[in-house]
Order: sequence, then structure tokens, then C-alpha cells
Amino acid sequence: MSAVEALLSATFVTAFVSGAVTAAVPLLLVGLGEQISEKAGVLNLGLEGMMLVGAYCGFALALASGSFWGGFGAGMAGGAFVAALMALLCVRFALNQIVVGIGLTLAAQGATSLAHHIQFSSTFPRLPRQPELALPLLSDIPVLGESLFTQHPFAYLSAAAIVLLAWLYRYSNVGLNLAAAGEKPAALDLAGVSVVATRCWAVLATGAFAGAGGAYLANVGAGLFVPFMTNGAGFMGIVLAMLARGRPSWVLAGALVVGLSTSLTTAVQVAGFQVPTDVVQMIPFALIIIFLVAFGRSARLPEALGRPYERGAH
Amino acid sequence: MRLIGRAHIEAVLRPAAPIVIALAAGGLILALLGRDPFAFYAQVVRRAITSQSGLQETLVLMAPLLLIAASLIVSFRAGLWNLGVDGQFLLAAVFVAAQAPGWVERMPYWVAVPALFLLAAAVGAIWSIVPALLRAYQGVNEIISTLMMTFLGLSTSALLVKTVFDDPDTAVPQTLVLPVAERLPRIADSLVHIGVPIAVIAILVVHYVMTRTSFGTRVGIVGHNPAAAHHFGLNVPRLTVGVLALSSALAGLAGAVEILGVRGVVRADWHPSYGLMVVPLVFLARFHGVVSILFVAFFAVLVIGGESASRRADLPNHFLLIMVALILLILALVERTAGRRAEAL
Repeated sequence: MSAVEALLSATFVTAFVSGAVTAAVPLLLVGLGEQISEKAGVLNLGLEGMMLVGAYCGFALALASGSFWGGFGAGMAGGAFVAALMALLCVRFALNQIVVGIGLTLAAQGATSLAHHIQFSSTFPRLPRQPELALPLLSDIPVLGESLFTQHPFAYLSAAAIVLLAWLYRYSNVGLNLAAAGEKPAALDLAGVSVVATRCWAVLATGAFAGAGGAYLANVGAGLFVPFMTNGAGFMGIVLAMLARGRPSWVLAGALVVGLSTSLTTAVQVAGFQVPTDVVQMIPFALIIIFLVAFGRSARLPEALGRPYERGAH
Repeated sequence: MRLIGRAHIEAVLRPAAPIVIALAAGGLILALLGRDPFAFYAQVVRRAITSQSGLQETLVLMAPLLLIAASLIVSFRAGLWNLGVDGQFLLAAVFVAAQAPGWVERMPYWVAVPALFLLAAAVGAIWSIVPALLRAYQGVNEIISTLMMTFLGLSTSALLVKTVFDDPDTAVPQTLVLPVAERLPRIADSLVHIGVPIAVIAILVVHYVMTRTSFGTRVGIVGHNPAAAHHFGLNVPRLTVGVLALSSALAGLAGAVEILGVRGVVRADWHPSYGLMVVPLVFLARFHGVVSILFVAFFAVLVIGGESASRRADLPNHFLLIMVALILLILALVERTAGRRAEAL
């Protein structure tokens, strides 16, 4: 079989597309999460740490209990725990968001490396392949159906989250409060809604999303946990949220483009072309830089992003 | 200019309490893990301060860290968050490692070494040009773009070491090795090379320039209030690009000093990622050059001693990250409470 035939075969397309989805889901989750706290005016450099803790907790629990759903629960709880620290320090105590974000990421890297060293470094356990759910009818669509609609159930939930968030932002009080906390916190305060509480809940939600993304990366994507495994995906989520201008569907678009590029390079390798792994790792970041150059001007951030709110200070 | 005044003493004593609290918290974690915290810290001190070779290694490690601190001070004082120092550092190190053996052979030594430092500065500066232009002319947040450039820089460096800069005669991918005799001259038969005093001078010069010259003042105005800077007739975009170029050139110099002074070679899997750990130190020092030197010294002790103590206690090297994060977070909290109390009085 020639290389061109290999590239066009149905098995190849299936592997390529489902690889792209597997790579995109963690980015989608972490990007959606970051979008929530960015809307509320908190720049979340601790995202990488939340994702990493989510990956570790998710993996550790799924390994111990054998429950994939439990793994996601633990991942979300782990991410939310780091987020609670972030909320306490940055929102409640109004500390510098950059310092605390970096601090929490460093702490998460150290703590998860330590836990990995103690628990897994002699046995290197792996999870069995995760159960997949083939959606009836949709998965029978030729060529793309099998790859797009035979995913881990959590992937469908992530897709549903896009719709839910878009609805929340546009039609609910919650969305309005979030936007006000990010654009003009004083106005929200005047309206009798607590800026601190709004932002705290936003940061907690971000942590849960990032934790779920980490758990997906570890449990579904890799089947194992290694220190530093998020490798900048959390930071990438910040960029995706920034470029998405508050729209959840745009986060999906960005995550899919990055996922496709990752999957394409691995797929090309499978088809027999030599691509150094460094190039594979490089492509998502190069793409993000190209995104920034192309669309950077239109990336819009909330007015009060990065500034702690203190009543009477403005 | 008085280098040491009461303000400096206060600036050093102020973080002493958080550091002590963080060390105690770290000790508690060690105890929970069933390790003896006193033995751990004793080993840190024994290895990094009281043993002669250890003390020299601590001083040697300070050279790149101080240059990174200088790099961060320049950009932070301008209100620009250059979080891409790790990429700038590593890429410059790779270029210097690849070129050094050839240049040293072809040119007189005292021409080759400054030329290599220039090369490192140029590579570092070039790696920040995209984020700098995006920030200056498109208003794109530089925190994110510089971080992205760091990740891009890490894989670019690895790729370069494995391809164009690979020494074909070695089994593992690595650059050519600069012979020990050709590395930076050492001081009085010790491991300490002239890069160490050069780095100290560099951070002092940076401090002087940022606090005592008109350039520093202009940069400070841009940092505090870009709109006001614009009204003063300052060319904010040009200053932004200039400051980021200067900052990343210094990060590049840090890479050069590490290669020419100590390592002489870059292997494909080497990336120390000092940058993100120096960021908190510079914050603790409130962007002050002299105070930064003390924090960098403390951190270098923790790295050199902690490495050995962690190995003895059967802990991963990254245990250190927890300590750094603890110090940072506790300091931020204590500063906040102290500020509150001062307001209440």
C-alpha cells in the first residue's frame, strides 16, 4: 500500500479524527473553564496547576476504584481545591494574580511529582482502556461517524457544556453578573450583588473544568499519570479563552484546530513519514503564536481583568 | 549612592518571617512523609554552605540566576511580564554551546568570548520580538505570548540539538563540547568562574539604570501608567519593544554564562527552567536589585543543598518546587496582613 493510499484509508481517517478529538477535549475543557474566570475579571495563571492536580487526582482515584466517572469527579474536586486557594488568595485577599497563579502552578507541579514519586514511580501503573459510547445512528454515518461519535461519554458532556455555558452567558442572571464582575465590578456591587462571591464561584468553576480536563488527559488520553504531563496545556487554555472573546463555541474551534494539528503529525508518523517528536510538540504552540499574530488585535479582555476588587478603591 | 541603607535591611528582614514559616511548613510536610526535617535541613546547609565544593557550586549557580533576575527586573519595572525567560535562556544556551568550540578555535579567546555573549544576547532578544511587537502595536497580553514562546523555545532547542547542532560523534544527541580549558577563567583555583562577579555587576548596573537614570524613570512611568507616559510624549510602543529586547537579551546572557562557565555542552533533554522560579524571588525583592542578590543566594543554597538532601531522603528533586511555592504564597499573605495592619493604625 502506498503512502498516499495509507493516508486516505478509512482506518486512517478514523484514527486521525478520534485522535484529534482526544487531544482537543482537555483543551476545550480548560479553555471553557478559563473563560468563566476571565469573564469575571480573574486572570488565572494557576490553570496549569489546577489541570495537573486534576490529572493526578483523576488518575489516582480511577486507578484505586476502577471507576472512570469517579476519576472525573476526583479530577474536578482536585482542580476546584487548587481554585479555592486561588479564590481565597486573589479574590478574598486581593493578592497579585500573577504571583499567586505562578505560585500555585509551582506548588502543584511539586506536589504531584512528589505524589507520583511515592505512589507510582516503582510500578508505573496504567489504566485499562476507557469504555466508549457509540451514539446510536450518528456513529453509523460513513467515514466521520465512527470517529466522531464513538468517544468516552465525558467527551459528549464537554460538548454539552458548550451549549449550557453559551446559554448561561446570554440568557441568565449568572452570565450577566459574571460579565459585570469583569467589566465594571463597582456597578455590580451597587446592584447589590457581591463581586467577591461572584468571582469566587467563577474561579471554583474554572478549577472544576480544568480538573476535568486534566483527568481526561490522564485517564482517557494517556491512561497514566506522569509529572508535568499537562506540558503547557493549561497556559494554552488561557490563550484559547482570550482569543474566543467570551464565546464558548470559539473555544471549541480553537481546541479542535490545535487537536487536529497534534493528531495530524502523529497520524503522518503512523503513515510512515519521519516526524521528530519535537516537531509534534512544537506545532500547537506555533499555531497559537500564529493565531495571536493573525487575530491578536481583536482579542478583547474584560476591562477589570487582573485587578482585585476592593470596595471604594476605584 | 548608598548601596546598603535602613530600607535595605528592612527589605531583607521583612521576608524573613515568611521564609521561616515556609521552612517550618516544609518541615511539617517532610515529617508527615516520615522524613526527618532536621536532618534534611542540616544536609541542605552542610552541602550548600559549609562544604567547600558545595559553597563554590552555590556561587556558580548564582551567575545565571542573577542574570535572569536582572532580566526580570528590567521588564517588571516597565510593567511588562516577560514570562518567557526560560525559552530565551535555553535557546541562547543552545546557540552558544553549538558555536563556542569553533569560535574559540578560530578567534583569539578574548574576541571569541565577548562575541559568544553577544550571540546569546541577540538570540534571546530575537526570541522576544514577536511578543514584543504584538504587545506594542496590537495590545496582545505579553504574559501569554511569552509563555507560548517558552514552550516553542524548549522544543525548538531540543530539535536543534538533535539535528543541525548535533555532534555526530556522540551516541546521545548533544552539541559539541567546549573543552574545560576553554571555559570562562576561574578565580583562584576554585570552581567559581568570572561569570559570577560579572553577573553581580550586571544586576547592580541594571538596578542603577532602572532607579537612577532617565531611561529607568521613563520605563517606570510606562510601567505605572502607560496613558500618562503617552501624554508625556514618550514613545510607548518603542519603549515596550526596547525593554522586552533588553530583558530577553539578559536572559540570553544567563544561558551563555551557564554554558561557557559550567557546562560546555547542551544535551537534548536539558532544560533547567530556572525562570519561573526566579520570578517569585524578584517579586519578594520588590524588583530591587541588591535585595534580589540575597534572595537568589538563598534560592541557590536551597537548590544545591536541596538536591542532595532530597536524594538522601529519597524524595524527587521537584520537592523543591513545593518549598518555593510555600515561601511565595506565605510571603504574599504576610505582606497583605502587614499592609492591612498598617492601614488600620
